[in-house]
Amino acid sequence: MSEPASALGGAVSEGFARVEEMPPRGMIALRGDLGSGAVKAAVKDALSLDLPGTWRATDAGEAAVCWMAPDELLLMSSYAQAPEIARKLGHFLAGEHHLVADMSDARSLFRVTGLDAREALAKLTPADLSPGAFTPGTFRRTRLAQVPAAIWMRDDTVFEVLCFRSAARYMFDLLTEAAARGGEVGFWPD
Amino acid sequence: MSTRLAKGGRLLNRNRALDFIFNGRHMRGFEGDTLASALLGEGQVLMGRSFKYHRPRGVVASGAEEPNALMNVGEGARFEPNQRATTQELYDGLRADSQNHWPSLEFDVGVVNNYAARFLPAGFYYKTFMQPRAAWKHLFEPVIRKSAGLGRVPKERDADRYEHFHAHVDTLVIGGGLAGLTAARRAADAGGTVLLIEQTAHWGGRAPVDGGRIGGADPEGWVKNAVQELDVKDNVRMRTRCMGAGIYDHGYVLAYERLTDHAPDADGPRHRLWKIRARQVVVATGAIERPLSFAGNDLPGVMLAGAVRDYVVNWAVSPGDRTVIVTNNDDAYRTALALHSAGLQVPAVIDARTAPQSALIQQVRDAGIRVETGRAIASVKGRARVTGVAITGQAGEGAVLEEIGCDAVAMSGGWSPAVHLWSHCGGKLVWDEAQAFFRPDPDRAPTGADGAAFVRVAGAANGAMSTAEVLADAGADAAAESETPAPILPVWIMPQGAGPELRAKMWLDYQNDVKVSDVQLAAREGYESVEHTKRYTTLGMATDQGKLSNINGLAVLSNALNAPIPEVGTTTFRPPYTPISFGSIAGEARGDLFQPLRRTAMHDWHSINGAHWEPVGQWRRPYCYRRGDESVEDAVMREVKNTREAVGLLDASTLGKILVKGPDAGRFLDMMYTNMMSSLKVGCCRYGLMCSENGFLIDDGVVARLSEDEWLCHTTTGGADAIHAHMEEWLQTEWWDWQVFTANLTEQYAQIGVVGPRAREVLDLLGGMDLSKDAMPFMSWANGTLGGFDVRVFRISFSGELSFEIAVKAAQGRALWDALALAGREFGAMPYGTEALHVLRAEKGFIMIGDETDGTVIPQDLGLNWAISKKKDDYIGKRAQARAHMTDPDRWKLVGLETLDGSVLPDGALALAEGENANGQRRTQGRVTSTYYSPVLGRGIAMGLVHRGPDRMGEVIRFARLDGTEVEARIVSTVFYDPDGEKQNV
Repeated sequence: MSEPASALGGAVSEGFARVEEMPPRGMIALRGDLGSGAVKAAVKDALSLDLPGTWRATDAGEAAVCWMAPDELLLMSSYAQAPEIARKLGHFLAGEHHLVADMSDARSLFRVTGLDAREALAKLTPADLSPGAFTPGTFRRTRLAQVPAAIWMRDDTVFEVLCFRSAARYMFDLLTEAAARGGEVGFWPD
Repeated sequence: MSTRLAKGGRLLNRNRALDFIFNGRHMRGFEGDTLASALLGEGQVLMGRSFKYHRPRGVVASGAEEPNALMNVGEGARFEPNQRATTQELYDGLRADSQNHWPSLEFDVGVVNNYAARFLPAGFYYKTFMQPRAAWKHLFEPVIRKSAGLGRVPKERDADRYEHFHAHVDTLVIGGGLAGLTAARRAADAGGTVLLIEQTAHWGGRAPVDGGRIGGADPEGWVKNAVQELDVKDNVRMRTRCMGAGIYDHGYVLAYERLTDHAPDADGPRHRLWKIRARQVVVATGAIERPLSFAGNDLPGVMLAGAVRDYVVNWAVSPGDRTVIVTNNDDAYRTALALHSAGLQVPAVIDARTAPQSALIQQVRDAGIRVETGRAIASVKGRARVTGVAITGQAGEGAVLEEIGCDAVAMSGGWSPAVHLWSHCGGKLVWDEAQAFFRPDPDRAPTGADGAAFVRVAGAANGAMSTAEVLADAGADAAAESETPAPILPVWIMPQGAGPELRAKMWLDYQNDVKVSDVQLAAREGYESVEHTKRYTTLGMATDQGKLSNINGLAVLSNALNAPIPEVGTTTFRPPYTPISFGSIAGEARGDLFQPLRRTAMHDWHSINGAHWEPVGQWRRPYCYRRGDESVEDAVMREVKNTREAVGLLDASTLGKILVKGPDAGRFLDMMYTNMMSSLKVGCCRYGLMCSENGFLIDDGVVARLSEDEWLCHTTTGGADAIHAHMEEWLQTEWWDWQVFTANLTEQYAQIGVVGPRAREVLDLLGGMDLSKDAMPFMSWANGTLGGFDVRVFRISFSGELSFEIAVKAAQGRALWDALALAGREFGAMPYGTEALHVLRAEKGFIMIGDETDGTVIPQDLGLNWAISKKKDDYIGKRAQARAHMTDPDRWKLVGLETLDGSVLPDGALALAEGENANGQRRTQGRVTSTYYSPVLGRGIAMGLVHRGPDRMGEVIRFARLDGTEVEARIVSTVFYDPDGEKQNV
């Protein structure tokens, strides 16, 4: 087994916001009845985290649980731990109708950092990124320009963006142009 | 002649002169000028030639409504035609050229059209160029295109960048005049988020020019104060140079921000298209002044009265030493006063009204300006510019009472509320008889999903014409001194009894050269609908979309039809309000970002190893890999042979991979596929077909059963997303109570085909799995480790060779590919691309979705009955496939085709039948769906759909080539190579 390679080898660009491809991260798709005690218990057992509400994520350290759909979560961990966590979830939920899939390789992950990171993203997504509507802890599936993506606001100046791995180059170029100097909008003053 | 005044100009910075070039001549203006004001300041009244008759034209307005002063602006990669000089801010080094003239603006050959005007009436093209048909393309069109047309087409790639920005606000206020500022203030006080946008670079709209007092202050001070108050509010955002372009359903609004048009060397995007979601939109877009229709009203020097005032007050430009004012309302009197106080002469105010009385009129009289009432302009004197006006009575037919020498005419036919944005999303209008304009009907506003109005109008756009009314309408606390103007007199032609000669010189639409006589002719010829008249005469169809001409035009039409104006109605107002750049619409989607280009984990390897790319959906896949100076064709032949004789490597990562899991997954897949998937054993693979509800084949692929309740479905490359959506649609809408979950794992795995007689040897060299025939028979799969990689190996074949497809996590795809390439070296392994894949599968008679299928083909047409379960009660498409037409034995069905001369049939070639159809076309009896040269067989091979094909084995039929010749081909089996399947089963 060789070291996992991210699509762009950790590419970085600097504009009015910094764009950076992150190393591979463990990502597990879990579909099931999110209202059931079994799913809650399985997630708690695997990551010691509670289920997030709609459009939210809960996290602690490397672990996170992100709301994807009314019957779908995305669980995050270190890349190395993901297969074991997926196995444990499957074991815990045996007998319960569910689907668990290790999707750690399916996506690329970017970090957009800066006081105006929010504005760079608002050039690309129709989702409401207003500070009142999109707060730290918000995790939202949307599109960025022409590809599906999810945006996770980690704190006031740090956003993470997920997209499918094949679109990594497109996403990096897109974010880089959106954050290019001279394109500051000044819509949400710091 | 126009000139710059020594003093004044509220928008000018006289300390900063700017040099610019117009038609090759060096000129000078000031910071704060528009291109139009700078040209007038340099005495350049003539700014263009009209579209149809090439008449000399000067600027007529001062803002976005300008029809005449269209310019080619910029050079090279920053060149853009049709820019309005009135909205183009001046910058140092600006280059502009006037349009639609040859050889020069001053002397234009095309003006001959002017003298032929009587031969170019409304509907001229329709009437003249109907016959002979061929002459249109070869004779008429080229000539017309040369004499018509406005700006030049840009030749170079645009140097600028553009972007979008999405904003979500509670209230969007469009227009930064008194009404907009007031409405923004009120919305901000209510607590929501507010975005206020203004199309020009300045706040305040017309108020600082029009004067008066607001709450004791002058309007300029009031505006400054209002802007400052808004600016400090946290919940208010303000943008100038940002035009409301269109209002759409659900509070969606497009706004067009021009960031660097006034400073092209600045960093950053040139235009930004705002995509705004607003709960409430306030349209405060003001009003547009109407011209008056008198003979010669298009001569350079005839301008709107409000525009004349703007040029004098804002830019210290005099339109001429002597300006005659002609009006039917009080507002133009302000222009008389503005000119007077600038020290310019106003020989007379010609007022069509018989005895108007108001304080404003009195003020003008008191200033010593001659006011003539009940009078009209019979005609404007001059050829290329105004030299005087002939005065007549408005009530008469145009008998000249007097001539007055002048070099400019300021006209006002009243003001029309700018209702465009209100109307975009369905807001309706009412005709206001007293004020002679259409204004928004508050009872018929654009409504949102909840049925409530989401657009409201404030100020002049709502028909509130005086400062006091504007402020009251927008809900201001402050009050302006109220004025009582004398009522307007609707004047649609001047004088009202003008005969044909005068009417043929009264311009309604300057940009498209439509005259009063054209609209009247259209009415006589039976065009009663305003929409038909518009298209017949081209009234309002130019780039200004009739901002000046629409109301006058439909009033003339209504008179000609003898129907009231509201009955005739208006044409449809469509976005954008004024033209916006294509760049702003495209946003970031240009160059490398034009479209997402999807790359597999091995993309870079392909790239450095000679890949000749083929787009497959948004993916790029290697079509073949060229070695040295090898041709593409030779590379394909080499790859096919090498795969048949040694071993080939294929990047199959793009194939769709959908996981289907749950207690009802088997039952679900039995519905999705035509064959039985629930009976598949764990560890085994089965080829399956998917059809639409209408029975047509939409996708195919190999399904592997992973566990008791898990299946992995492979789809075509292009079908991955669509088939996943298709599955979810059925699960969510029809079988919502079935216990099935799906997940699209396409991107989780890289997949590599190792194909050819030596495939097993390559994998054995990596080592780690028993891949022998007994341990891993054809159509089975197994998890294991190969060369240290965790893999899933599928023993399936799309080539007829011994073949393994190896799935590995995408992050290790490149590493495994490298390992396979290295291990394969001693066995002659070479990568192969999509074209070799096609040849290999065609030699075996395997179908390809998109080649053998086109949305009208059912599996039975392709001889795939063996893959359609007879045991199942139902599957998607089953019912449709039982329809009479689908079971008709006369359908075209798939066969193999071998040319008698060994040549390759043209792709898509039609099989010829005897006789002709009702349209005189040759009858056909089939078509080629796949055709290749087979290097293994040394001849052309093809598949095709042929009428009753499988019943006609051995028969020779003829196919048409594009060069008109025909080629004979024999109908044969679709399997050209290894018919018994021995090679894949070793």
